[in-house]
Amino acid sequence: MPTIKVDGQDLEVKAGVNLLEALLSAGIDLPYFCWHPAMGSVGACRQCAVVQYANDEDTRGRIVMGCMTPVTEGAMFSVQTENAVMFRDSVIENLMLNHPHDCPVCEEGGECHLQDMTVMVGHSSRRYEGKKTTFNNQYLGPFIGHEMNRCITCYRCVRYYQDYSGGHDLSAFASRDRVFFGRSDDGVLENEFAGNLVEVCPTGVFTDKTLSKHYTRKWDLQSAPTVCTGCALGCNTYTSERYGQIRRVHNRYHHEVNGYFLCDRGRFGAGYVSSNRRIPQSGIRNAGGLYDPVNLEAAISKITEMISSSAKIVGIGSPRASLEANHALRDLVGSENYCNGMTDTDRELHGIILDALSSDLVTPTLADIEDYDAILVLGEDVTNHAPRLALSIRQATRNRSAEMADATQIALWHDAAVRELAQHDRSSLIVATPVEDRLDEVASQVLRLKPSDISQLGFDIAESLSNSSLSDSNSSETSAETASIVTALTNAKRPLIVSGTSLQNANIMKAAVNVALALKTNNPETGLFLCASECNSVGVAILDNQGSLTGLLASEPDMVVLLENDLAPRLGQGFESQVSKIANLVVIDHLDNASTSASHIVLPAATFAEAEGTYVNNEGRAQRSMAVYKPKGDIQASYHLMDAIQLGAKGVINDGASTELRSSTEIRHDLVNQHPVLRGIIDAAPEADFRIEGSKSSRMTHRASGRTAMLANISVHEPKQPVDSESAMAFTMEGVQQQTPASLRAYTWSPGWNSNQSIHKFQSEIGGSDTGGDTGVILIAPNESLTPYTIGQIDRGTLVAKLHIFGSDELSANSEELSQLIPRPYIRLSSLNANALGVSNGDGVSCQTQGGELQMAVIVDDNLPVDCMVYPRIPATAQLNGIESIELSKITEWVSDLNPLSPKLITTDRTS
Amino acid sequence: MSEAVNNSLINALSDAEISEIEAEISHLPDRRSAAIDALKIVQRHRGWVSDSSLSSIAKLLGMSEAELDGIATFYNLIYRKPVGDKVILYCDSVTCWIMGGDNLSRKIKSKLNIEYGETTADNKYTLLPVTCLGDCDHAPAMMVGDELHHDLTEQSIDSLFSDASDDTSNNPIGGETSND
Amino acid sequence: MTETPLTRNIAPDKGPTDLAAYEANGGYDAVRKSVGQSTPDDVLEIIKDSNLRGRGGAGFPTGMKWSFVPKPDPVQSPGHRYLVANADEMEPGTFKDRLLMEFDPHQLIEGMVLSAYTLSADVGYIFIRDEYHVAIKRLRDAIKEAENKNLLGDRILGSDFNFHLYVHISAGRYICGEETALLNSLEGKRATPRAKPPFPQVSGLWGRPTIVNNVETLCNIPHIIANGPDWFKSLGLGSDGGTKLFGASGRVKNPGCWELPMGTTIREILEERAGGMKDGYGLKGFLPGGASTDFLVAEHLDLPMEYESIMKAGSRMGTGTMIILDDRTCPVGMIANLEKFFARESCGFCTPCREGLPWVQQILDGIEAGEGSLRDIEILERQSQFIGAIGNTHCAHAPGAMEPLVSGLKYFRDDFISHIENKQCQYAVGGA
Ligand SMILES: Cc1cc2nc3c(=O)[nH]c(=O)nc-3n(C[C@H](O)[C@H](O)[C@H](O)COP(=O)(O)O)c2cc1C
Ligand code: SF4
Ligand code: FES
Repeated sequence: MPTIKVDGQDLEVKAGVNLLEALLSAGIDLPYFCWHPAMGSVGACRQCAVVQYANDEDTRGRIVMGCMTPVTEGAMFSVQTENAVMFRDSVIENLMLNHPHDCPVCEEGGECHLQDMTVMVGHSSRRYEGKKTTFNNQYLGPFIGHEMNRCITCYRCVRYYQDYSGGHDLSAFASRDRVFFGRSDDGVLENEFAGNLVEVCPTGVFTDKTLSKHYTRKWDLQSAPTVCTGCALGCNTYTSERYGQIRRVHNRYHHEVNGYFLCDRGRFGAGYVSSNRRIPQSGIRNAGGLYDPVNLEAAISKITEMISSSAKIVGIGSPRASLEANHALRDLVGSENYCNGMTDTDRELHGIILDALSSDLVTPTLADIEDYDAILVLGEDVTNHAPRLALSIRQATRNRSAEMADATQIALWHDAAVRELAQHDRSSLIVATPVEDRLDEVASQVLRLKPSDISQLGFDIAESLSNSSLSDSNSSETSAETASIVTALTNAKRPLIVSGTSLQNANIMKAAVNVALALKTNNPETGLFLCASECNSVGVAILDNQGSLTGLLASEPDMVVLLENDLAPRLGQGFESQVSKIANLVVIDHLDNASTSASHIVLPAATFAEAEGTYVNNEGRAQRSMAVYKPKGDIQASYHLMDAIQLGAKGVINDGASTELRSSTEIRHDLVNQHPVLRGIIDAAPEADFRIEGSKSSRMTHRASGRTAMLANISVHEPKQPVDSESAMAFTMEGVQQQTPASLRAYTWSPGWNSNQSIHKFQSEIGGSDTGGDTGVILIAPNESLTPYTIGQIDRGTLVAKLHIFGSDELSANSEELSQLIPRPYIRLSSLNANALGVSNGDGVSCQTQGGELQMAVIVDDNLPVDCMVYPRIPATAQLNGIESIELSKITEWVSDLNPLSPKLITTDRTS
Repeated sequence: MSEAVNNSLINALSDAEISEIEAEISHLPDRRSAAIDALKIVQRHRGWVSDSSLSSIAKLLGMSEAELDGIATFYNLIYRKPVGDKVILYCDSVTCWIMGGDNLSRKIKSKLNIEYGETTADNKYTLLPVTCLGDCDHAPAMMVGDELHHDLTEQSIDSLFSDASDDTSNNPIGGETSND
Repeated sequence: MTETPLTRNIAPDKGPTDLAAYEANGGYDAVRKSVGQSTPDDVLEIIKDSNLRGRGGAGFPTGMKWSFVPKPDPVQSPGHRYLVANADEMEPGTFKDRLLMEFDPHQLIEGMVLSAYTLSADVGYIFIRDEYHVAIKRLRDAIKEAENKNLLGDRILGSDFNFHLYVHISAGRYICGEETALLNSLEGKRATPRAKPPFPQVSGLWGRPTIVNNVETLCNIPHIIANGPDWFKSLGLGSDGGTKLFGASGRVKNPGCWELPMGTTIREILEERAGGMKDGYGLKGFLPGGASTDFLVAEHLDLPMEYESIMKAGSRMGTGTMIILDDRTCPVGMIANLEKFFARESCGFCTPCREGLPWVQQILDGIEAGEGSLRDIEILERQSQFIGAIGNTHCAHAPGAMEPLVSGLKYFRDDFISHIENKQCQYAVGGA
């Protein structure tokens, strides 16, 4: 730990960081723009200037950039000296020459880093009298707005987009005071992490259109710490609301999970909460097949009737519902009648994940993954299944450049220099998947294989690593491919195997475990990361992975209670036949879907935004997601609805406060008593009675002018604020804001730091853990040693369901903006198959399933394993799920659809 | 996008262009390092780099249009809009200015009836300002096409552009150095 | 008569020197003497001993610069090592490298072969501006000639030394002359300068050890090796060794470029070589070495053109090509012209340059047009403080831009004031 002198004071700093980081970590404010904690320094904006002195005699010193200056023992700096202060003032003055005076109408206003820095340096009057540079704005797709005139040319956007997230369609154009950041032409930003631009841009150039359409200032938002339900990674988010509508989702820094970045499914996928498919109240299907809206009381009493006349009641839980909700359902129907709602295949796959989590194999965090120097992706569609993981894997491939930089004595934060040194040199990344993916471009080896060949490859690698035959199929000789993968993995300091459920293939996951086990015997640093299917798959698998969905459905129940789960995509073509047999189907869910349409009674369930719940991610980390606002009308947390059913008439809820109902805290305690292995979920967040100096933690900022003004156009009498009896958080602005633990913090803000950049005020050091400790609790202590799997029956299924970040998650697919980016039904064929069918790119084909006819556009893909056929796993193709192969026929009357993957956009969205 | 589509787009370049570009690539460590060479090769063949040329070059080099255009628009001698048969690069740097260059550039502008960044109606000339041509001992100087003209005077300009048409409609092209 | 090694093959009435003529006059003797005969370290010692300083503007000692290149290590650090000739010559008022390349291309090639040998570089580029069509053609022809005689290529003259030389034609922009921007441009990227450290010697072209030298610097190498460091040092009249191409442009009787000993006085260059001011014009001031050097005035005429002496006088020798400001040309207008150039040529990466220079330019244009105020001078001073020091900006472009402004405000302050007070420019050349 070197000691430096800053304005006469000794300061002990972390070795290897730059001065800006060191100062910010020490709580000393120094303004900056182009530096970003995750992206390092380039020295473009010159805002972080300080004066450095050569020695004690040196009284003049020279200006240096904090972000470009290493901290070395004894180095002497001044932040306060007049020269430095004047310089920083000049930077702002010059940046402001061309910056428009549009703060009042700018979406960034109130959480603008440029505003904050301007105030920080004290620049307040304008001397420039000339004209301002102006630019044309571009249409960048449904998510992101573009207002180039506000640009201060810090280069963060293009560094983030190209260098960090690997995008290609956003660049810096032109030069001098005409530099333009955008695309070569109007069009949707292609990268699935583009949304982070909104937070990376220090001012209002890239803005969140899903917020803009019903804009609210940050200080008028009511927010809560939430957990993204888009996939099983459990990224931490802030979800914000006003007038009962979700306004936006922002990144909530978590040192070990998502860091500073989200994927676009997570950021822009919450719009379903206010989608027009939302179920607002209970309904009972009448004889005509339509739903009569009824109040909750009537619905519950009808269900009570059903229960009393049913001999066998089955509860189907959900891997996308909270542990609390699943537990309440299991309580209602009894454990023998409960299943967690996964398909049998998915349940088997999650069994493997549980085995791995409880074994002594290391499951790294997303942050850890960036430190692995050789990664094998075995059959997992990371980009579309666990998107944020793809971003971490991409960073991991830069470990080679870190090594080179070390050898050349270039600091890792010296971002441009490290990239210039390493050029295209990357650490090993081997991708073995059926279909091309964005990670391919950073891979050292790409193998396009059908699922059965992927598992074979995995077993071969494992075998070759351990030289013991575990595979029952005899792959006598090691292929060159296998050998080179084995070499890459054995030569690595830290090898990582990534696999998961995306191909729904147990052999692939078993092979992945075996590879990890084989590596681990010689290298304890070996990691294994298995992607789970949905946001709470791991949680419900721990809760109860016994009950079989098909088994329970086959047991001919009289009544089925279906919790937050659409069976159509799970059961595929068998959906209609299996569901139509159910005499009494009660569905509790958020959105209208095939299952709610087949139900006899629907109850309106609160979403993640309206009810607190606990979710367990891939790593086995239990995290609490807090309710953002009180749901409207009869909409209730599923666990309350479940309890209400159990209680019958007594349970009908009046404003959620029926004393008979268990609170979420009580449910959790009951749950933990029954399942001690889940004990940790209690500590995922402070309990409801937690107080800081007698106060709860508030969901609104203390300057929320909104609360009192919100309804003033109707009545100046402020209505009573809703009470949150479930958690240690308070609705509105009453309560504590800054000293709260991370799991109760509703937004990041610190005096003088109104933007998301204030996060460093809550970090132990820049990019470090939260000062109050990282949130979430790892539930499963890894200890058991695992014996390698033997390969199961090799399945020869050639029809592959391809996941899509936009479309494969059933909830986010219903968000207005995101739904525009869902691909149209397609079938991807090898040229061999295409020729046999006599079709080419853009032609149409159809296939018959029990679910009816399905029409799809053809994509001919020369790299596809010849006998594979690939369709998108989206709502429109649900009937294909679970099928092993299909018959296609060419459609003669078909309007060519050359690129079903590229969105057909709603043209009115485009500004001309 | 499939290979077939890819190839057809690259085919928008001529064989000669492609082989010249490949020759540059052959002594570089990766294809995209030839970006500037490739833009210049195509410009030499076609006078300028159209959007479709740019997109073909990008495909050939394995980069995106945005990435390539970000490079193209940085440099003042890559023309992203059509130029006349000959580009006049008029030195507006300091020695030429001292030697009366401003008057002469005004003269050229009025004679050809164009401003900086514009092309004559007959498409013969495009006028652009340029940084010091390294001919200061013979200032004022300019390039017309590949030829250097120096010690410019009113008379020499008159005779150089004696064929100038006096049509009045102009064709602005923009361009990185055309801000005057 | 003093020796003129750099221009010995160059005469006004002579065309370019081909390989035969070059060799006939001792050309490539230094290559024959060194390649495979002396070790690279021996050659490096000679260059260090000679005290040769870079002719590209900054005057950094070449031998020292070369010594920062790590020794070749094919195991730990496999790959190419590069040598780049900076032939971008775009500094306004500078016209020396072109002469060397057009009329004696082999001299540069020989210099590069020797330098590459010393540095164990195997690939070389001549980064040349597009407008130098003639030089490009002649260099390319000369490279072919040299390749045919195995003076370039694999196993040069039967040794183990390989060196492949290519001409890279730039696509414009003054900033490409800045050596790290040049490297980015050679890599086919936007010519944004790189932060130093790391220096190109360690991580340069494509991340490999690289040396960038000015054309004139490299042209000195064969002569130093052929004749020894002491000979080279003895060429200079004062502390700096060797000769230098000096030039003068503006309203002098005989503008041009001459090879003269280092340390020749400004007066000699101006009065004897350039023939003094044109009739009817007086000397108001001059930029000693290109657009990005500070103004000097008549009182400095007897200074020797040497790095240290010019530095002491508050300017820089730069490229050694002087731009003369006569008394009928407006200094404010001249500075406005310079700043317009610098603002236009900013790469756009760092704030002080990208935003600051256009503002400076606008203010100067305003003063020149008679629309200035005294507050403008305050702003100019504050801006030049802000932009003007090395380290304030990402590269030396913007600080260079401030040199003529700061010194102009010092020497020609009255002119600024009179523009403001009279609300117009009263010079023959000037006015907006
Ligand atoms: C803005 C800028 C432009 C430059 N242009 C040139 C140039 O055109 N030619 C040149 O040789 N050096 C130029 N230089 C200097 C180079 O960066 C570098 O110092 C030089 O090429 C090194 O060669 P030398 O050591 O042989 O002088 C420029 C520097 C700056 C900051
Ligand atoms: S000073 Fe800054 S903006 Fe100017 S040329 Fe250098 S890096 Fe670019
Ligand atoms: S933050 Fe240091 S220069 Fe931009």
